[in-house]
Amino acid sequence: MKTKISSFIQIRVILLAVIGIFMLFPFVWMLATSFKQGADVYNLSIFPQNPSLANYKRLLSRSIFPWWFMNSIIVGFSVTASVLFFDSLVGFALSKYNFRGKKVVFLMILSTMMIPTEMLVIPWYLMANNLHWVDTYWGVMFPGMMSGFGTFLMRQFFMGIPDDLLDAGRIDGLNEFRIWWKIGMPLVRPALSALAIFSFIGNWNAFMWPLIVSNKVKMFTLPVGLSFFNGEFQSQWEMVMTGASVATIPVFIIFLLFQRQIIQGIALTGVKG
Amino acid sequence: MIQESASRRSLERTKRIWAYLFLIVPVIFYVSIRFYPTLQAFFLSLTNWDIVSKDKEFIGLTNYRNLFKDEVFWKTLGNTGKYVIYGLPTSLLLGFIIAYNIDRVKRGSEIFKAVYFIPYITSMVAIAWVWRWLYQPAPIGVFNKILIAVGLPQQKFLFSQTQAIFSILATTIWADVGFQMIIFLAGIKQISRQYYEAAEIDGANNRNLLFRITLPLLKPTIVFLIVTGTIRYLRIFTQVLNMTYQGEGGPLNSTKPLVLYIYRSAFQQFDMGYAAAMTVILFLIILAITLVQLRVMRSED
Repeated sequence: MKTKISSFIQIRVILLAVIGIFMLFPFVWMLATSFKQGADVYNLSIFPQNPSLANYKRLLSRSIFPWWFMNSIIVGFSVTASVLFFDSLVGFALSKYNFRGKKVVFLMILSTMMIPTEMLVIPWYLMANNLHWVDTYWGVMFPGMMSGFGTFLMRQFFMGIPDDLLDAGRIDGLNEFRIWWKIGMPLVRPALSALAIFSFIGNWNAFMWPLIVSNKVKMFTLPVGLSFFNGEFQSQWEMVMTGASVATIPVFIIFLLFQRQIIQGIALTGVKG
Repeated sequence: MIQESASRRSLERTKRIWAYLFLIVPVIFYVSIRFYPTLQAFFLSLTNWDIVSKDKEFIGLTNYRNLFKDEVFWKTLGNTGKYVIYGLPTSLLLGFIIAYNIDRVKRGSEIFKAVYFIPYITSMVAIAWVWRWLYQPAPIGVFNKILIAVGLPQQKFLFSQTQAIFSILATTIWADVGFQMIIFLAGIKQISRQYYEAAEIDGANNRNLLFRITLPLLKPTIVFLIVTGTIRYLRIFTQVLNMTYQGEGGPLNSTKPLVLYIYRSAFQQFDMGYAAAMTVILFLIILAITLVQLRVMRSED
């Protein structure tokens, strides 16, 4: 009986491992190839014959890649900071205060989650064009400065903190802004970090809008640049793989550092019920 | 006493004022960057605006009438349907099988979760190009070299009118399955152990437990995944733009999804009004699906 159970578990582990290898295979291939040179690129072996960083050096020195990387960093951090600030402020206002129109504002923000981005990009482009925001950081960033999802998430978390704690601050004479900042925000730190990670990764990977609003090569974000660069370098697959590696490695690092928060955060969005 | 209630009232008033202060900028944002553009998309769909000309001529429902006569529109709508109908069930089934097994693994479940989940948060542009390379004909593409090495015929993959859409779907499912898995796992973890224990006492086997307890109790999770998944697959764009020749959704439009057609019409042909009409149709499809979800969820309670 006992051997039967353990052998069954073994089969499960083997099944998961086999599919798991298939899941990792494209990444392994991508990274391996980024260290390969010349004819070795097309060898059916994951181990480079003479592993070298030459492709990375070439990518960083002879293309505008570092610039795209920096653009993505600037956009990612700015939008994330804005999302954290505004979504938590609105979430706080919608959970801790009573005022006329509260429900309307909440439903309004919630309903924006149903509007597909594809429908908005044409009017956004029209707006960016009229206001001369095309080919600026602000042009890439403005549609994402706040998010319905983040507001909903923060509201849920703020509803869980007791009003007494806030009242204690009022007795100490803090104004409402400082109560939010000094008392409310530290209490929802786990939600803030989950939102920060999602927002940053989402912006890091965003493709359609940055593609539309950037015409100058210098203003591309990393995914747009990668797509453009790959079109140019199509016959040099080792360079394409190196570019893809540069775009994915930061996400791998973030994932390794925050694996638990990321997985819990995703699960949280799915079982809200 | 009177003084106290007066001071409370003034406190409530102050709090109300602060709440409005907190909301001023966000409300302006949502109205001007979400609602106004939505209305504008509806309006633009009734014009023949082409970005160059200053004024937008109102042409009624002409764009919609032309859409119904446009073969490419129907083709891309059909392709989008294929992405949803073939892609989503496969991804859901795989996601469930993986989650079900990870839940029952004694050790190493964290590693498996990480391995299956990581493609979901990776840049789709990077993923698309890696897979595009894997799919190339020999002597470049890895898949074909493996096929030849084990004595099987080469496949055309992205260059075949019949295989290309499924090749792109394989990539999409690979990138998507981790999300389904995480949500399924969270759903499975919420099911109380007591149900299983009671059923085991009644002599239920694993199969009974799966079909009589796990799956029925996962119904809200499944509904959620079907709706969010349908919307995600309806919006397929990035992988097709990056995996097909010149981002055309070929060969011969065989992989072109609706959103790619919208993008090309708007930002390459500058047929803004026509593209806006297509976005309105996409919006209506998504709205209908969301309303169906709300219905189903409500009837659950």
